[in-house]
Amino acid sequence: MAVQGAQQPVSVHGTMIGDEELSRIRSRYTRRSTTSIGRIVGRAGFWLLVVFIVLYTLFPFYWAIVSSLTPASDLYLTPVKLWPQRVTFEHYDRVLSMGSFQRALINSAVVSLTVVLLALFFGTVGAYALGRLQFRGRTIILYLILSMTMFPGVAIIGSLFTMVRALNVYNTLWALIITYLSFTLPFTIWVLTNFFRAMPGELEEAALVDGCTPLRALREILLPLAVPGMVTTGLLAFIGAWSEFLFALTFTLDESARTVQVAISQFSGNTQYEQPFAPKMAAAVVVTVPLLIGVLLVQRRIISGLTAGAVKG
Amino acid sequence: MSSTPVEVAPLPVSQSRTRSSWAGPTTAVGRANERLGWMLVLPSVLVVIGVALYPLFETFRLSFTNTRLGSVREPRYVGFENYRDLLSDDLYINAFRNTVVFTIASVSLEVIFGMVVALVVHTAFTGRGLVRTSMLVPWAIPTVVSALLWDWMFHPTFGAINSVLIRLNLMDARDTFSWTASTATALGVVVAIDVWKTIPFMALLLLAGLQVIPGDVYEASYVDGATKLQQFWQITLPLLRPALLVALIFRTLDAFRIFDMIYVLKGYSTETMSLAVFIQQKIVSLQRLGEGSAAAVILFFAIFVLVIIYTRLIRVEEQ
Repeated sequence: MAVQGAQQPVSVHGTMIGDEELSRIRSRYTRRSTTSIGRIVGRAGFWLLVVFIVLYTLFPFYWAIVSSLTPASDLYLTPVKLWPQRVTFEHYDRVLSMGSFQRALINSAVVSLTVVLLALFFGTVGAYALGRLQFRGRTIILYLILSMTMFPGVAIIGSLFTMVRALNVYNTLWALIITYLSFTLPFTIWVLTNFFRAMPGELEEAALVDGCTPLRALREILLPLAVPGMVTTGLLAFIGAWSEFLFALTFTLDESARTVQVAISQFSGNTQYEQPFAPKMAAAVVVTVPLLIGVLLVQRRIISGLTAGAVKG
Repeated sequence: MSSTPVEVAPLPVSQSRTRSSWAGPTTAVGRANERLGWMLVLPSVLVVIGVALYPLFETFRLSFTNTRLGSVREPRYVGFENYRDLLSDDLYINAFRNTVVFTIASVSLEVIFGMVVALVVHTAFTGRGLVRTSMLVPWAIPTVVSALLWDWMFHPTFGAINSVLIRLNLMDARDTFSWTASTATALGVVVAIDVWKTIPFMALLLLAGLQVIPGDVYEASYVDGATKLQQFWQITLPLLRPALLVALIFRTLDAFRIFDMIYVLKGYSTETMSLAVFIQQKIVSLQRLGEGSAAAVILFFAIFVLVIIYTRLIRVEEQ
């Protein structure tokens, strides 16, 4: 990058000026601008923009919550009310007592947790080797992993379909666990490799010199330090698996293996003419809330992890 | 590919060795590390080969055959026939057009508005943390759920959007225009939902880029009398280019393979069909594995070309 020096003196028209001089010049400008009308208008415009951004990002989910709490009789009143008039939990009751939805929740939880645990286990061990050990072929493997994080899952659904049927796992949770590894594992390895690489080299150096084996150094020195990174990576992988739709739609047939995403996309009313929007919104909220809680709990790390992984990757 | 992502810091034990890693280890410790390294990555490598690399090669092979799912007929090699058929298939051309239109529209809107949001949440103000947190919500909501939320928002009679439009007198109360059903607006709705879901992600990526620009650059230009607008064009934008390009790669790749939102909203409808929807329909509901695989190979190469172009651009940036 062209501009780096953070502590260098500022040069104005070729002459160097000190901090005092600089702040004097700066305050002269700021004092004048705070009193101007343009500044006030700008300030108001800025706050309007902030309010708009918050409304825009939160309103759709807010409205899903409101709709899911509205009695069915009130839902189809016009003009539409943008805040709840009466509150009911009937739609949550209905959705959560549906056998097919319960089954879908369990299926999604089993698939996502299994995939995340597998990806974290293989991924941590592999990332340790790729990030901390020197061996032939490492660069090629890294290129392979990186390219696998970028390529589209839809490009392989045909051959995965034949594979799933050949393995006799079509319409089972195994079909999803196996195929979900195609995107969670490369992602996990890639992010954790960057994580291990960023750790200072001296960490396990002393232990290795003292005759500790690399595996013990991983277990006792690096792993405890890697836990925060593993939690964030695991959560991101969980979100990916929980939200996955294409494979879940393609490799399952009925309720026995259907995940929540497929279940809510195929949600239909008791009759052909009923449009079950309120229960649908209740189901949408149920499916989303676990993710939101997870994201809010580790939000700081997610923002930095997301951006670090992305900007480096 | 740019060289930075795959440069790995050498382990202290092998630091003395300056030869190429292909020359092999010379010390006992080096040899032990070599074995251990391979032992540790081997499971992951085998899994990745099994569930990603092998299926990819299999897709290539299938694309030159007339394989059909559930057919007892022995498939045979047909050369480039599937590819020729695709190029004369109006539905496929339409899907390609839709995908390109969707990608260009959504990615450019996301870059522009993502930039605005990034600049806003980069400014210091009370409650900035809360605004940043609220931005994570659309990102964390699953795509299927986003499609359902907006399908309800866009409902012709009971949806929030038409209701607001009627209250603002922009629409007649008796008018029950369906944004999702109308051929003219359906693809626009898909773009709008994608933009809503992705602006936060875009803004956070760009925010990370903004945060590494040192503040004195702005101070110096301020002293020199630069306006805010000049600062944006002359300082922010040029220094943000690496972050912008990375965000562009991620978004373009994602947009080009869009499936979930379109399928949930419109199923296999022609007016919104993307390449991914076309491929899924070809393979799963029409059982034409050969033709579907050919379309998948073309999608794969289209994405491959995009990656190459973008990484070239980044490399030029770095020099």
